[in-house]
Amino acid sequence: MIPMEHYLIVSSIMFFVGLYGFLSRKNLLAILISIELILNSVEINFSVFNRYLFPEHMEGMFFSLFGIAISAAETAVAIAIIINVYRVTQEIDVRHIDKMKY
Amino acid sequence: MEFTIYIILVPMLLFFVLALGGRWLGPRTAGIIGTAGMGAAALLSYIAVYKYFFAGAGIGPDGNYLTVTGFNAQWLRLTDSLHIDMGVLLDPISVMMLAVVTTVSLMVHIYSFGYMKGERGFQRYYAFLSLFSFSMLGLVVATNIFQMYIFWELVGASSYLLIGFYYTRPAAVAASKKAFIVTRFADFGFLIGILILSYCTKTFDFGAITADNASLAVRTMEGSSFLGLSSATWAMLLIFMGGAGKSAMFPLHIWLPDAMEGPTPVSALIHAATMVVAGVYLVARMFPVYLFAAPQVLTVIGYVGAFTALFAAIIAMVQTDIKRVLAFSTISQIAYMMVALGVSGMGGHAGEGYTASMFHLFTHAFFKALLFLGAGAVIHAVHSNEMEHMGGLRKRMPVTHITFLVACLAIAGIPPLSGFFSKDEILSAAMEGDKVLFAVLWIVAGITAFYMFRLYFRIFWGRESETARHAHEAPAVMLVPLAVLALLTCVTGFIPFSRFISPDNAPYALGINWGVAGASIAIGIAGIALAAWLYMRDSERPQRIAARMGGFYKAAKRRLYIDDAWAFLTKNIIFRRICAPIAWFDRHVIDGTWCGIANVTQRTSEAIKGIQNGRVQAYALLFIISVLLITIITLFI
Amino acid sequence: MNILSLFVVIPLLVMLLLFVSSDRRYVRTVVTTGFSAVLLLAGALVVMFLRERSVSDEAMLFVKDTVWYPALNIHYTVGVDGISVAMIALSAVIAFTGIFSSWNMERNYFLWYSMLAIGVFGFFISIDMFAMFMFYEIALIPMFLLIGVWGTGPKEFAAMKLTLMLMAGSAFLLTGILAIYFTSGATTMNILEIARNGIPLGKQYWIFPITFVGFGVLGALFPFHTWSPDGHASAPTAVSMLHAGVLMKLGGYGCFRVAIFLMPQAAEELSWIFLILTGISVVYGALGAIAQTDLKYINAYSSVSHCGLVLFAILMLNRTAMTGAVLQMLSHGLMTALFFSLIGVIYGRTHTRDIREMGGLMKVMPFAAVCYVIAGFASLGLPGLSGFVAETTIFVGSFQHADLLRRILTIAAASSIVITAVYILRAVGKFLYGPVQNPAHLQLTDAAWYEKLSAVALIICIATIGLWPSGVSTLISDSLAPILEQLNLL
Repeated sequence: MIPMEHYLIVSSIMFFVGLYGFLSRKNLLAILISIELILNSVEINFSVFNRYLFPEHMEGMFFSLFGIAISAAETAVAIAIIINVYRVTQEIDVRHIDKMKY
Repeated sequence: MEFTIYIILVPMLLFFVLALGGRWLGPRTAGIIGTAGMGAAALLSYIAVYKYFFAGAGIGPDGNYLTVTGFNAQWLRLTDSLHIDMGVLLDPISVMMLAVVTTVSLMVHIYSFGYMKGERGFQRYYAFLSLFSFSMLGLVVATNIFQMYIFWELVGASSYLLIGFYYTRPAAVAASKKAFIVTRFADFGFLIGILILSYCTKTFDFGAITADNASLAVRTMEGSSFLGLSSATWAMLLIFMGGAGKSAMFPLHIWLPDAMEGPTPVSALIHAATMVVAGVYLVARMFPVYLFAAPQVLTVIGYVGAFTALFAAIIAMVQTDIKRVLAFSTISQIAYMMVALGVSGMGGHAGEGYTASMFHLFTHAFFKALLFLGAGAVIHAVHSNEMEHMGGLRKRMPVTHITFLVACLAIAGIPPLSGFFSKDEILSAAMEGDKVLFAVLWIVAGITAFYMFRLYFRIFWGRESETARHAHEAPAVMLVPLAVLALLTCVTGFIPFSRFISPDNAPYALGINWGVAGASIAIGIAGIALAAWLYMRDSERPQRIAARMGGFYKAAKRRLYIDDAWAFLTKNIIFRRICAPIAWFDRHVIDGTWCGIANVTQRTSEAIKGIQNGRVQAYALLFIISVLLITIITLFI
Repeated sequence: MNILSLFVVIPLLVMLLLFVSSDRRYVRTVVTTGFSAVLLLAGALVVMFLRERSVSDEAMLFVKDTVWYPALNIHYTVGVDGISVAMIALSAVIAFTGIFSSWNMERNYFLWYSMLAIGVFGFFISIDMFAMFMFYEIALIPMFLLIGVWGTGPKEFAAMKLTLMLMAGSAFLLTGILAIYFTSGATTMNILEIARNGIPLGKQYWIFPITFVGFGVLGALFPFHTWSPDGHASAPTAVSMLHAGVLMKLGGYGCFRVAIFLMPQAAEELSWIFLILTGISVVYGALGAIAQTDLKYINAYSSVSHCGLVLFAILMLNRTAMTGAVLQMLSHGLMTALFFSLIGVIYGRTHTRDIREMGGLMKVMPFAAVCYVIAGFASLGLPGLSGFVAETTIFVGSFQHADLLRRILTIAAASSIVITAVYILRAVGKFLYGPVQNPAHLQLTDAAWYEKLSAVALIICIATIGLWPSGVSTLISDSLAPILEQLNLL
């Protein structure tokens, strides 16, 4: 059996890659992808902890499924917003979308 | 004696009728209603006098006068023991005052018909006169000190309204304001005095306070003191302050001369005969308390009175406005009454001062009203208050001349006119009480004779001025009151006052002290002679003497700078140094503090709003750093 | 439905009906009918209260208790005693006359005006602190809009300042109310139950100042009074009337009902601090008024002085002075409403409120001028008008206190009767008397019928209290028994 640490290392890498992408990418779509990475890393963790620590329970698995569903919905909403933003501003560079300030 | 309540209710009703319905009534009807109502009130007062003094309603089994309560109803309950009542108290002085007030008021009502004819606001004038009569009568018959205070305030207000009757004239407006505020200031003292008195005695009732030689007040106010003076002294001194304000005692006299801006009949009624003696009446009303609980205050009253008498008489000598002369003479004469109270004792002959004071109040009311109404007739004829616009009027206005002369002789203390008798009593009371006061009053008697005859000669003798040439006698409606008052001036002196009025309500016999009387007649005649020598014929003598007096003459003409001192105090000290800085302080310091807090909040938010820059990634970075920080903190602390 | 709830329901109905149409005639009909109904209802309440009082010894009458939020034991409880009845009658009169003083206003104005009325009436009928606080806030919010939208001068600034300061006060208040809720041990917001339960003395020492200041801000307690001059000066006529006449009374009434009633021991021991503050209010406000030249500022400072006297008298903690405090609330409410209504009349015609720019208005608009003089006389405490009755009761009551400091403070406060005379007569002498200063003013008309109606109604109330004070005085002083019993628990 693959030790739990391996999963955790992968998910940590995914998480920080996603985080880095979220903070550094300028394209809204790329940011969205980064968010997906973060979410998926979390879901991996849920499944792994469930599998290794409480094999007789299924809550972690369910939670991952929920997460996947939510991230799908969230992506749909986010893309809708991005499209709308694009329609108005003709661009998806996050540095230029700063209308919502003080 | 229940009917006496109507003496007060009738003028009150008149006030409401005239004030609310005056516009629809028309001047003539309003005047007739007002006068008729006042006539009814006067008639009721005379019935009250008759019943009280002569028909036995007021005489007890031991021959002393009783205190009869004609009516009493609770008006406002304050604590279990303190309540303000409205009622009618009848005792010798209040019955006497009822007669005086209604008589003079009736005369003024009749006289005003001629004097105020054609004035704008005729109905309003009569309404105010009714208001004043109502308030003054209510004051006189007050059963408790708070009722007196209530009506005291009301007479002040009606005086304010009447002085400011010609409200478009700035001088009248200023004078009315001054009169109200000065007396209000004095009333503040009065109120505090009442509060102290009621705090100790737990009652407002005159009967309870003054009964048994004011034993209640003496007992309850014993032992307590504040700043070195006993509470009785404080209370009575402050109550006297109220009286001093209304009765224009130095240094609160400044409003009275200015009050002459009002219509002349008003001056006759309010500022000569009735309202201004309210202070004397107040002291007389509280006399047992003064005498037994705070005798020092009585001494103060005597000396304040004597000083005021002299002070006002000196100023009266040099005034040229005839109403101002009369105003200062009023101050001086009221001060006479105060002195008489100040030297009085209790019981039989010792109470001569008290009797004399009330006697002088009585006679003074008539002859001073007469003087004012006469002066009004003169002013009506020449349309000026200044002496230089008069002169030689004796042929053109014979009736006015004769009645005015009668009044002048009365105030100068020439027998057999009323002023002689009352003044003689005051002087002899002072003689027995305090020699210094006697000396002052004796000198004042001479000065009084001098300035009154200066006034008389300058109006009716001397060279005719341009305006005096067109003068003509006043109409009959104005002459009748003059004649009635002149008659009263001639006969009232013969009333044996000590049979009716004494501090302990026990009648006693009092004869004329011929030694004092001789001295007073002598100095009176000397004063008249001096005035005749200076003013009967047109001459240079007065100017020469004035020039020789130099600074003192000027000072007296400026009323010895007391008005200027008050003006300085109010304008420069209170307004500029207190009120204006307070207003500034409020706007800039206190409000500034609160606005400052608001401003600091606003500045702070301006400064930190940069964090909210609209960039998602910056937020995220901040968020992550914060989470990390919090994690680290919770892990390591 | 309970008669008391009607006081909230009728203005609410008026509000709803106003949404229907903004036609001016319709709006006038609706508000006049509505507030006349409130006035009649207030009259009926007084009669019913007196009848009920004679047969019942309950502290509060017409009590109706409805559970509102059971989890926190919050109720909507209404009930009245003599003091609240007096305040309700006052509010009804002023709300009614206020309509006639703002006769030409538009629909939206009256919407907020009705909401203000809901808040005010709701506050006076509540005996549950939560409902009380809620209505208090309901009364504050419309004020912001009424001043900010329909005001004059720097209206936005004034509205903001007023609202912020009062909100700061209610922040104190909310803290105080929550503290009372949790410390009393009764876990209820009902004032009567809390009073029965009592609050521990140690806690009272800090809750009392908080609640007193919280309400005191609205009662123009020095030094938290500075919203009053600006607010009054900028507010439209009827709002000034309602604000000075009724809303400021919420402060005094609240101090009474919450701060003193629930924490009598702390009130007794800490009152000297607030007595000094309120004493300062009284004299300082009056002195400040002397230096003002704007009519509304004069009256605003005068309100500081008079409302200071209300709080001053409440803190004396004896029956006479407290009766005087409520009388003073009534009297000040009526006369200040009269003042502001007349200032509205004058300002509407001359377009200035500066007394130096006017003169001789007595000749130009005699009716308004005479009413102003009467209001002035009421303010300076002339017997026969309400001000005298109130001040007398306060001074006599306060002076009966055995403590020397309190008596000296009473003397200091009583000096305001002189100062008041100065500023009132100064203003009257300057702008009503004298020659007409501005020839353009000669063409001005006197008050219109609706303005006259408003003034006459208020004068009748002032004179009634002034001439026949014993009725209202007894009504109030009988209701003080529960509070005084609380004090005797010491």
